[in-house]
Formats: sequence, structure tokens, C-alpha cells
Amino acid sequence: MKKGLLIVFAVLLTVSVNAQKKKKNAKVSIEVDGVCMMCKKRIESAALKTKGVKFASWNVKTHALSLIIDERKTNIKTVQKNVASVGHDTKAIKATEKQYNSVHPCCKYREEKVIDDHKNEGKKKS
Amino acid sequence: MKKIIISIFLLMSIMSFSQKELKGMIMDKENPKDKLGIYGANVHWLNTAVGTVTDDEGRFAIPYKKKYKKLVISFVGYKTDTLTISSVVAIRHFLIQEGQLDEIVIATKRKAIQKSFIQTQNTFTVNKDELLKAACCNLSESFETNPSIDVSFSDALTGTKQIQMLGLTSPYLLFNQENIPSIRGASQAFGLTFTPGTWVESIQITKGAGSVVNGYESISGQINAELVKPFSDNKVFVNAYSSFNGRLELNTHFNQKLSEKWQTGLYVHGNYRGEKFDKNKDNFLDAPIANQINVMNRWQYTDAEKGWISFVNVRYLKDKKQMGEVNFDHANHKGSSTVWGSEIKTRRFESSAKLGYVFPELPFQSFGFQFAYSTHKQDSYFGLNIYEIHHESVYGNLMFNSIIGDTRNKFKTGISFSNDKYIELVNHTNYNRFEDSFGAFFEYAYDNLDDFSFTAGLRIDTHNFLGTFITPRLHLRYVPWADAVLRASVGKGRRSANIFAENQKYFASSRQVKIDNEGGNVYGLSPEVAWNFGLSYLQKFKLFDRKGDVTLDFYRTDFSNQVVVDLENPQEISFYNLSGESKADSFQIEVNYTLIDRLNLRTAYKYYDVFTTYKPGKYQKPIQAKHRFFANISYDTELTLENSQWKFDVTYNLIGKQRLPNTASNPVQYQLSEYSKSYSLLNAQVTRVFSKRLEMYSGIENLTNYKQKNPILASDDPFGASFDTTIVYAPIFGRSIYLGARFKLN
Repeated sequence: MKKGLLIVFAVLLTVSVNAQKKKKNAKVSIEVDGVCMMCKKRIESAALKTKGVKFASWNVKTHALSLIIDERKTNIKTVQKNVASVGHDTKAIKATEKQYNSVHPCCKYREEKVIDDHKNEGKKKS
Repeated sequence: MKKIIISIFLLMSIMSFSQKELKGMIMDKENPKDKLGIYGANVHWLNTAVGTVTDDEGRFAIPYKKKYKKLVISFVGYKTDTLTISSVVAIRHFLIQEGQLDEIVIATKRKAIQKSFIQTQNTFTVNKDELLKAACCNLSESFETNPSIDVSFSDALTGTKQIQMLGLTSPYLLFNQENIPSIRGASQAFGLTFTPGTWVESIQITKGAGSVVNGYESISGQINAELVKPFSDNKVFVNAYSSFNGRLELNTHFNQKLSEKWQTGLYVHGNYRGEKFDKNKDNFLDAPIANQINVMNRWQYTDAEKGWISFVNVRYLKDKKQMGEVNFDHANHKGSSTVWGSEIKTRRFESSAKLGYVFPELPFQSFGFQFAYSTHKQDSYFGLNIYEIHHESVYGNLMFNSIIGDTRNKFKTGISFSNDKYIELVNHTNYNRFEDSFGAFFEYAYDNLDDFSFTAGLRIDTHNFLGTFITPRLHLRYVPWADAVLRASVGKGRRSANIFAENQKYFASSRQVKIDNEGGNVYGLSPEVAWNFGLSYLQKFKLFDRKGDVTLDFYRTDFSNQVVVDLENPQEISFYNLSGESKADSFQIEVNYTLIDRLNLRTAYKYYDVFTTYKPGKYQKPIQAKHRFFANISYDTELTLENSQWKFDVTYNLIGKQRLPNTASNPVQYQLSEYSKSYSLLNAQVTRVFSKRLEMYSGIENLTNYKQKNPILASDDPFGASFDTTIVYAPIFGRSIYLGARFKLN
């Protein structure tokens, strides 16, 4: 019984420690779907406009959105929600059809044709 | 017995249960310390459908069977890893970011001049491709294909080119070398010729009020030259240049990696001009006989993981020029009034150190420290005038960059100091002074990530002669509609004029120096103070499916005080404080357009209205064209598989009539007309790239062979009262051909 109590207490303690460990400058990376530099601007802008997000950089090739967030003020879910609300799918939260349709036609990353169009972007522009 | 069997079964079931799951944690190699897991990484067994995703702490648990051997871990942006699992032990694995392994190179050709769409300030970057369009030879000649900057000869003797921006010459421009103020004080007149062109990696030109970070001295703009860096420059580089007017130049670069973090480079430049030319038969050398040795050693330290970067530079320069009459021999004729001659000997040593730190966890936060020391000694005489200057300078700047809230709100803040010791001898008079300043600055930059951004800077300085003063600078950027940028800037600048160093060319004339001592602190004169206002509009367009852009610029520099350089009496040069108006207005329209693939046109019209209130009245600034037209056409052939290519480049300049200083009181034969005629200049160059290693170039300067007939006034009577070598408005040299080769090894 005593042991049991102790375990419960220890578990409670670790939970509360975890809760306190919310970091001021937490580095996280999430996957966001998109195709071009216009998407990059939109994604980063949506992420940065989330209160508590200090830094956002989206990689057009790898689709990784690197973030530095203040965990006391925000969490990954909120960022994902905000990024999805401007039309970009994340792993956890997908943009609704209406949100997706708000992006510029050249950014329609769900369409194969658009993805193919952007594949040769670097070469075409020379 | 039964019990035992049951317990064995139990154990087995426990074992089999534990065997069914492999646990682990996936982390980012870049931040091992914060033990932050990667959220959402894929973990699966090779060639199976068995997989899972890591939780928000990077932890995972995956069913395990003995036959599963290879575990595949993947995550966007990271390199996919396959691990061999032989036992069920919890694993911890670090993923490496993909970009760090090999950057994806995008084959888009960068433009030789990049106009920024995003930057708040009206800044453009001139990179190596553009710098090579003017193959010869030093920083003063690097701007000839650039419409925002006007290049002209400063005098008829030294062959030195001076540059202008917004209608104002270089003392009103702040020159930085890797963000350390460099061409100032004693080096003002020839400083540009002391930086070999091959040392320059890129140039950033900011029109109008610059940033407060680099001090209070810039008035009409800032030019920053980034030098080649040991880490990125070629391992071995050789450039040899020869022109038919007797100029020989040699540049060698050697870069050596010492360790993962240390790299060093040795850069040696030499130039030589030994042949005497007097093509215009005025008995004066058309260009000086000269030689220069210039050696720089750079050390670069980079520790990307920890975020440290450092540069240490040392440089030594020795430059010698002889000008004047063809048969001048310094041993016999120096100090006598038989044959007119002049010599300028310069020695300069400089060293600088930079240290930068980017917080590895916070890419937006950094601090930087710069420190520079230089000693510059010039011994010279111009006929019977003696001018010597020794300038010793110490400069330091400590800066911190970070954000307020998020990266839409950035700031830079810091402190800087400078000490300048001047010892000057002008004929028989000594002018010594010690300038000392200390200041603090704060610059805030806001960007709404869409259509509006601004930069507001303020610095406060205290200077032993200029007093305590505030320097504000503001830049705004607004995107009114697609592919357009509207920029505005306003800023104040202040400087003490080094009247002799900046105007030393006038020693090569019979003009008597007159300084109105009005009780000021520097040569009895007050500091120069000016406001600069600017508006700029950039519009990109597509015409016949080809890209182009148009820029309209209007800038005004309004002097509250200026040290007026008055040449209106041909026997005098007077310096006095401005009383009345002095303004420089400039308007420029520039069009860039790709005519056909790889054929680019750049063209500009410039209008300058620069006037000052002199004692006799309000006049246009002498030797300044009101109207100028510029065009540059460049064509590159397609790069072949062997990396060979042809490059062609032609630059045309039309320079309108210029007001000449008043010579009405001279004897008739030494009088000049009120205005010079307008004229055209044409330069052309061809480069043949043979391979990545070797290229050759050849060009013609002044193709139309336009020359100023009598660049030296009273050249037949150099010790008489009308002698003047400074009224130069057109080239002295006619058509001239040059040839050169570049060799690179990586």
C-alpha cells in the first residue's frame, strides 16, 4: 500500500515536472505540404503569426517546417491548426476543402500536375 | 511441480510479450543536448507493413518479431536511416538533417546585379559576374557597368578615377570593407585604387541614408565591399593583365585549409607602369609611372556547430607614383622650378579582427565584434607644394542582434568607438589633430511578411570636435501591387571634412589655399551636416514573355552645413562654411530587360541638379554633367559540357555638358569656355572561358577615342599663375586595348 502510494506520488511528481519543463525556446520540426516559394511565404507567415512562435522556416524541398516556439504560450497543435487554416496540410491537421481552395492556383499541392510543374522550376528559370 | 510449470509459462508469456515490442526514441542530431525528440517520424520494419509514428517526445514502440531485422526510420527533411536490430533493447537514434549532407543546387542563374525586392533599404548587390565585366583592375574601376554610380577621372596627372553617387563624390559616401569603415581620412583620394578588383567578392550599394550600424558619416550612400574568403575562394587563383598603355597587373590568391575549422588565404597583388606616354604632346605624362605591392593575409575560423565564426586580416600596401613633365627626374628637379614633377609615396598597414556568434538554438540571435587598426602614411610633393599626412585609426564595434517576440520584429543594438590621429604637413604648416568618438545605436526592423516593412535607426555619438549629436535614419518599404516596390528613406549624416586629404589634387595647380577660419574645430571649419531624402519605385514586368524591370529613383541631399570648396577664382582654392543653400537632387530611370535568352540590356537616364551657394553666388557644381545616359548590353553563349563559354559586354555612356570652373581672369590663352561639350564613351570586352580553370579576356577602353584636348591648363608654364591640372572632364587617354588571363584551381 505504502509502495503504491509512493509510486502514485512519483508519477504525479514527474507529470508536474514535465508540465513545468515547458521551454521558452523549443526547437520543433513538423511536416507541412506545399510546392513553391509562394507556399513558403504563406506557411511561414501563418506560423509566425501564431502567438508564441518566434521563428519559422519552411523547406520547399523537404517540406519540413522548422520552428522555435515558446511552449508556455503555444503548442504544435495550434501551429498546425493555423498553418492548415491558410490551406496547407500538416500531419495531424488537414486543411478543409474551403481552406485549401484559398491558396493561389499555382500552389495547389494536392494536384499531381502542379507538383510536376514545380519540379523543373530551377531549370526553367535560367 | 505444477507451480513451477505455471511460472515458466508465465515467464515465457511475459518474455514473449516483451519480445513483441521494440521501444526507442528518435532525436535530432543537431540538438543532442536538449534531448528533444522528433515528433512524427516514421518507423517501420523493412519490407513489411508493420510501422508506427513517434509521439511528441520522439518515442515509439513497434511490434517485434525475430524475423524482423532491419528498422527503417524516416522523417521529412532528414536522411532516412536503416538500423540492423539483433536484440530487443530500447534504442536511441539520431537523425541527420538532409540539407547538411549535400545542398540541393538549383541551376537558376543569378543575375549579375541583384535588385532586392524584399529588403527595406534601396540596396543592390553587385556580384562577381558583374565585377568581371570591367576586368581592370581595382575597386575604383569596378563600377563602370553600374548606372547608379558615375566614374570619372579626378585629375590629369594621377590617372585616378573618382566615383559619384547621387551627384556627390566619395567623401559623402561611406565605404566599408566587410562592414568596417575603410576608405576615409587620409586614404580618401586614392583608397579605391588600393583594393585590387580580384579581392572583391561582391559589392553592396545602398542609395541614400544608410544604416546607423556603420556610423554617422554616410550622407549620400553606403558602399560595402565583401572580400574573397579563404573558405569559398579558389584554392589557387592567378590573374594577369596587360594593357597597351603600359599597365601591368598580377594577382595571385592561395587558400589553404589548415583544419576542419581553420582556413587561411594569402593574396598578393602587384602592378607596374614603367613606360612613359605623352600622346597629347603637352610635355606631361598622360599616366603616372607607378608601382604597387599589396599583400593581404586572411584567417577564417568557422565552427558551425557551436555557432562561432571569426576573421583575422592583415594587409600591407606600398604604392609609388611619379607624375609631371616627361623629363622630370626627382634627383635633379625636386624642389626646383625648372622641370615640374610630382611624387606620391604611400605606405599603409591595416589589420582587423571580427568575431561572430550565432546562438545555435536561436538562429535569429547573434552578436558580433569588429576591431580594426590602420596606419597610413603618405609623403608627396606636387611641383613646389609639399603635402604629407600620417593617419592612424582605431575602430571598434560591438553589436547584438535579436528579435522582439518573433522574427517579424528584429533589432540590432550596440556600441562603437573610433580614434583618429592626423599629422599633416602642408608646405610649412603643421596641422595635427586627434579625433575621438564614442556612440551607441539601436535599429529596429519590422516586417509584416507581406507588403510593408520599415527600419528605424537611431544613434547617439559624442565626438571631441563634433560634439554630442543624434543621427536618425528611417527606411520604409511598401508593396502597392504585384511585382512593385515603393521605398522611401530619410536620414541625417555628419562628418568632419579632411580638406587637404580629400582635395589634394589641387596642390598640382598654382591655386593658393585659403581657409576662412571661422572658429570651427577642424581647420577652423565646422562639421558638415546633411539630410538625405529618397523615393524609389521598382516595377517588374513581363514583355513578350521576357522579364524586365523599371526603377525610378529620386533623391535629395540637403546640406545644413558644408565645407564649400570654391574654385571660382582660378588662382585660389578657398574653403569656407556654407552660408545659404546647398542641395544635390538626382533623378534616375533605369530599365533592365532580357532581349533574347542570355542577351541582357541595362539602360539608364540620369539627371543631376547639384548647386551650392558660393561667396560670389549660387552655381552648379563644377565638372558635373546635368544629363547622363547609360547603356550596357551583355551576351553570354550557352555553357557547353566542357564548361566553355563566350561572354560579350559593351558599355555606352553619354555625358552631357559640364560647367567648368571660372577661368575668366586668366590670360586669354588660358581661358576655358563656360561649359564643356557633351561626349560619348564606349567600352567593350570579350571573355573566352575555356574551362572551369582557364579563361582569357580582352577589351577596348574608349573605343570612340574621345579625348580632352588640353587636360592641363598652362602646361607650357607649370610654374606660372594659371597652371591647373584639375579641370578634367573627359578621358586623357585615347583608345586602348588590354588583354588578360585568369587561372583557377580548386
